[in-house]
Amino acid sequence: MGDVVNIFVKSVFIDNMIFAYFLGMCSYLAVSKSVKISAGLGLAVLFMLAITVPISYLLNRYVLSSGALAWVSESLRGIDLSFLSFIFFIAIIASIVQIVEMVVERFAPTLHSSLGIFLPLIAVNCAILGGSLFMQERGYQTLGEAAAFGLGSGVGWLLAIVGIAAIREKLAYSNVPAPLQGLGITFIVTGLMGIAFMCFMGIKL
Amino acid sequence: MEKEPFFSAKNLKLLTEPLGRSNPVTVLVLGVCSALAVTVKLEPAVAMAVAVTAVIAVSSFIMSLLRSTIPNRIRIIVQLVIVSLMVILVDQVLRAFAYDVSKQLSVFVGLIITNCIVMGRIEAFALGNKPWPSLIDGIGNGLGYGMILVAVSCCRELLGSGTLWGYRVIPSSFYIANGGVYENNGLVILPPMALILLGIIIWVQRSRSKNPAKR
Repeated sequence: MGDVVNIFVKSVFIDNMIFAYFLGMCSYLAVSKSVKISAGLGLAVLFMLAITVPISYLLNRYVLSSGALAWVSESLRGIDLSFLSFIFFIAIIASIVQIVEMVVERFAPTLHSSLGIFLPLIAVNCAILGGSLFMQERGYQTLGEAAAFGLGSGVGWLLAIVGIAAIREKLAYSNVPAPLQGLGITFIVTGLMGIAFMCFMGIKL
Repeated sequence: MEKEPFFSAKNLKLLTEPLGRSNPVTVLVLGVCSALAVTVKLEPAVAMAVAVTAVIAVSSFIMSLLRSTIPNRIRIIVQLVIVSLMVILVDQVLRAFAYDVSKQLSVFVGLIITNCIVMGRIEAFALGNKPWPSLIDGIGNGLGYGMILVAVSCCRELLGSGTLWGYRVIPSSFYIANGGVYENNGLVILPPMALILLGIIIWVQRSRSKNPAKR
């Protein structure tokens, strides 16, 4: 249990998707103009990461990694499909996005109308694919660890985008040099936020 | 239809435009995701730039060939499949011929699939143009992306480790440990500094260009 909590905390603060790996930067920059909208996108990313990472874990564990097909038949033990993981993960993500969109539209129309436009965008958000690839690369041992990692990364991403959106709302009133306005200052502020997040480094529960 | 020479002025413009005025990273804000994480050292940054250029160019070319046969509704899925096939090829080639670099790039090779430049160029250019210009456009955008990567990684490697491409640039006798006055700036190695450096590059580029992009 301690391990799982540790992975969660680590992926929220230390290995934060935005500040440590710059994943999902494109939508982070494009949609961080108001707190409300960015919270919507953040929630959508959190939701998707929490679903796709465990599913990719199962896929990796039982289909893709070396010897994973042994549960089908002993003769398949020698097969290593890991070179297919990119295409499998992106297919899984794209189809889950579709399914989630349909389910949300059917059962939670209000949530759909607030997340609506963001859900299709998320299929090509690097944070989601990055979550699956990091899960594979770091070799999390159990489904619980993978789920904690997915959830933690999502929470970290949500924190980051809501934080930058709040700062950008305030920045609108400050006198930034003209060429630095918009994109430039957002990068620099993100860098400073990243430095602030680095003070969590070394925390272990 | 009249046959156009392979390097007509129009095609050459496709190649040079992304290097400056419509740079995919600093002006159009595409593909920043991976641009920063691989820029601690020059070598992986160049490898990444080459990989991305290859993927953009070839997948734009293929999509442009297929553009009239793919139904509009399923084009995103087709794009994803073609791009991920290309990325798998690039990944396997890197693993076979440059294993160390591929280890350093780790997940970021896979993340070329979701690199917005690739999808962006296919959507914005390849689906409406002939294969050859699409190929040129892909190469141009890949080079524009690579330029930023190389610029950021030069700064970071030089200031952070005093080397370029693994060769020592700042003589080791300058260091405090060897009786000199110089010390590497450890902060530049850390991820946040990449963001700040890119912010500064954008600042410089926008203050030089005559008609800066809208905010």
